[in-house]
Amino acid sequence: MASKVLNVFYTDDDILMEAIKKAQSKNYQIEEVFCPFPVHGLDKLLKVKHTRLAITSFLYGLVGITVALTMMNFIMIVDWPQNIGGKPSFSLIENLPSFIPTAFEMTVFFAAHLMVITFYMRSKLWPFKKAENPDPRTTDDHFLMQVNVGNNDIQEVAEFLHSTGAVEIDLKK
Amino acid sequence: MSHYEAPIRKPLVTGEKSYHDISVEIARPVEGKANKSWWIVFSISLIAFLWGLGCIVYTVSTGIGTWGLNKTIGWAWDITNFVWWVGIGHAGTLISAVLLLFRQKWRMAINRSAEAMTIFSVVQAGLFPIIHMGRPWLAYWVLPIPNPYGSLWVNFNSPLLWDVFAISTYLSVSLVFWRTGLLPDFAMLRDRAVKPFQKHIYGILSFGWSGRVKDWQRFEEVSLVLAGLATPLVLSVHTIVSFDFATSVIPGWHTTIFPPYFVAGAIFSGFAMVNTLLIIMRKVVSLEDYITVQHIELMNIVIMITGSIVGVAYITELFMAWYSGVEYEQYAFLNRATGPYAWAYWAMMTCNVFSPQFMWFPKLRRSIMFSFIISIVVNIGMWFERFVIIVTSLHRDFMPSAWTMFSPTFVDIGIYIGTIGFFFVLFLLYARTFPVIAQAEVKSIMKSSGEQYKKIREEQGDDAKLYKMPEQKPLPDFNKLIAEANSTDDTSDKNTKTD
Repeated sequence: MASKVLNVFYTDDDILMEAIKKAQSKNYQIEEVFCPFPVHGLDKLLKVKHTRLAITSFLYGLVGITVALTMMNFIMIVDWPQNIGGKPSFSLIENLPSFIPTAFEMTVFFAAHLMVITFYMRSKLWPFKKAENPDPRTTDDHFLMQVNVGNNDIQEVAEFLHSTGAVEIDLKK
Repeated sequence: MSHYEAPIRKPLVTGEKSYHDISVEIARPVEGKANKSWWIVFSISLIAFLWGLGCIVYTVSTGIGTWGLNKTIGWAWDITNFVWWVGIGHAGTLISAVLLLFRQKWRMAINRSAEAMTIFSVVQAGLFPIIHMGRPWLAYWVLPIPNPYGSLWVNFNSPLLWDVFAISTYLSVSLVFWRTGLLPDFAMLRDRAVKPFQKHIYGILSFGWSGRVKDWQRFEEVSLVLAGLATPLVLSVHTIVSFDFATSVIPGWHTTIFPPYFVAGAIFSGFAMVNTLLIIMRKVVSLEDYITVQHIELMNIVIMITGSIVGVAYITELFMAWYSGVEYEQYAFLNRATGPYAWAYWAMMTCNVFSPQFMWFPKLRRSIMFSFIISIVVNIGMWFERFVIIVTSLHRDFMPSAWTMFSPTFVDIGIYIGTIGFFFVLFLLYARTFPVIAQAEVKSIMKSSGEQYKKIREEQGDDAKLYKMPEQKPLPDFNKLIAEANSTDDTSDKNTKTD
């Protein structure tokens, strides 16, 4: 028989954090925690690795500035060089000051949008995606901790979690 | 888990509120029915919008000749309105991005509406250059796309093209920032919804947000990085808008002070608009506990500071015109202050430099009625600022025989009023369908900035427990439950008491 998972509900972030520490000291396996708002320090406590989205954003920004400069170099320097208002367009470096605003905007454009798209894909968020929080109260005021019982006695685990201030405990279906 | 906050900071959420109360109160305007005043304001806005739409159709079908422009003044109301609307848009990003980087908790209650305001006002701004093109269906010609006219490209030396990139990046990034912040709040509405239609709509809008630890971690990181990107972005956008003027050789426009001066002016007018909208909204949808007098006071302080920066810029401009020794430059400013448009200049000075100075008095900046009046005055003043810069610099050009005055036609006025109508139509619809306060973020600052928790800390010291043990449901007998589930697959009887 596969090991059972308990849905443990809390109604306060401080109680939840204390409960996680206690459960960890007992070596209970916490599979997932659903929260209605970001609880600071929770990811560290659960040893969730730090996200690398900021790094991706930096890389996307590099892509953006490369695309911008390549595009402007092709359009203004290679394909049809002109002397517009005494601003010569015969080499990229000469014309670069005029290209800074557009290059900056495109850097931001790429860095922001591609990072957000990456976030949506990594967290599996898109329209028509079905929500996966097991209980609707977890977007309101309930914090749900899922504890894998493993080889422990289920009643013992439940009683322990009950003592940490859980308002409700039931079996994950 | 420290929720410590310096006691000198005033509470940002008043009243005794549980997390559930916050959900209920923020969902209320969405779940309830619109009241009469909403319908009245909505109808007026809709009529204004439709009138503006009529004027736009008339402009496009007849030509730009329907406007009050002439051969000397080739830019007037349209560009004034464009800069005015873009400026208003700046406060939203400032609140959502700059204040996030500075960890200002008071932004939580107002960022959602300020961002909505940003997006709606940038939409209005974008209309003006597109209409002014005369043939708006060719608006895509501003994009650098390969075309059948040979090597005909857009000119990347032109500030007007920089504007295309700046405004479209600004609009789209603000939209995405707003959208991402809405995910958990739409999820809250989805999980509360009773009617299937609403549940379905908010289900789609919430993108299946579930609130896992990893999701929240990414959510916070994305918000932070977007804030870091949006901060230079918002400064760059109005800088580039000011380049439209500053890179020209028109006396009165050709000044290096324009970028910082325009950015300060944009924040100034944007905060004034946020104040205008939120002072009404907090009342209409009863959110006085979240958008408190403290919020209004802080916004008034920002208005005072940026108003003073704008004032210094006006004076610097006058000084530099004199100091430059260029007689055309000197005349441009002399003409502004004493010429036929002196009334507009002094209206601008009074509204923008003089009126915000009242905010030095705590009593005045804490008065809601007074703040509301000043916010309207500032918006009028900022409209005049753009009008003064644009029209007075053009109307007396290098050739005295071409000197003339500008008077708007009913079409100019109609389109302007139309955009105000359109803006309010969008904002009113937003106020009825969106969570107008970022409830997840407000919940996360409750323990540090909520009134009741501040009181507990004041009474019991900084290490006081900020929670009461909740009432617990008795435990079911899990072994029995498992056995039952195995035999009948029925787990309805889960509240059985333990022995």
